[in-house]
Amino acid sequence: MPVDATDRRLLAAIEDGLPLVPQPYAAVARRLGLDEADVLARLRRLRAGGIISRFGLVVRHHELGYRANAMAVWNVPDAQVDDMGRRLAAYDFVTLCYRRPRRLPNWPFNLFCMVHGCDRDTVCEQIARLNAEQTLASLPHEVLFSRRRFKQRGARYFMKTDVPARGVA
Amino acid sequence: MDATDRQIINALQGGFPVCETPFAEAAERLGLTEDDLIARLRRLCAEGHLSRFGPMYNAERLGGAVTLAAMAVPDERIEAVAAQVNAHPEVAHNYARAHDFNMWFVVAAEQPERIPAVLADIAAETGLPVYDMPKLDEYYVGLRFVL
Repeated sequence: MPVDATDRRLLAAIEDGLPLVPQPYAAVARRLGLDEADVLARLRRLRAGGIISRFGLVVRHHELGYRANAMAVWNVPDAQVDDMGRRLAAYDFVTLCYRRPRRLPNWPFNLFCMVHGCDRDTVCEQIARLNAEQTLASLPHEVLFSRRRFKQRGARYFMKTDVPARGVA
Repeated sequence: MDATDRQIINALQGGFPVCETPFAEAAERLGLTEDDLIARLRRLCAEGHLSRFGPMYNAERLGGAVTLAAMAVPDERIEAVAAQVNAHPEVAHNYARAHDFNMWFVVAAEQPERIPAVLADIAAETGLPVYDMPKLDEYYVGLRFVL
């Protein structure tokens, strides 16, 4: 779907958060010199078109007690990978699930899951459950625990915009 | 954090209303008042439980691109290489992981052609191969973090 310049100004204006006030879209509209009704219509269209993929609160998972995370990867035959991806994504401890290209010979894995848990043992148990319940254990797989976070910021798509960034509240 | 905070976090990770008074509508579904919901969200942000309250975008549908890249970095160079990688503004996050491929980072850019350029720059600056692993399919996960 097309995204025009006004859409981009709007998306940039709320990228760092919506104002936490009773009429947040009216506040954004005032800042951009738009009508509230126009902002609402644009946001509905951008959401329906999948440009806005999710709209709500974004947690800091570490601060909420999810202190361990691992990337679990498998080499699943191409004919089965979509079915398996959908099955794994249905587990509530799987927070992301993607198919990615193999990079042979060094990297033979094509199905990637992020698994979060309160501690390392829990994450290991959760991955063991995936292997057992989905009969994945016989496939080549690896578990990559995170060791350190070198950098974390949300992906930013509007770095060159002239709209000032604004935090929530 | 109390039970109501957890209820809010579980209920509002997606599907926030787009209407004139969205907090009032969301609060009603939760059996809260608008003022209470807004006050709690402000506190959860201020205390660092939430990083923000707002939209997440689909980079590809915005005309941009995002990828995951991996490198196998010699242990003694890990700090220096992390600094070289992180110096690129397109690098959104970067984690050390326990594996031969020990550095994993996400690159996001408004212009898709920037992605191979950034990865090539990193390979040239570090003298190490950079493995590009863009997503080919995404399998939908619902609520991400249940409290």
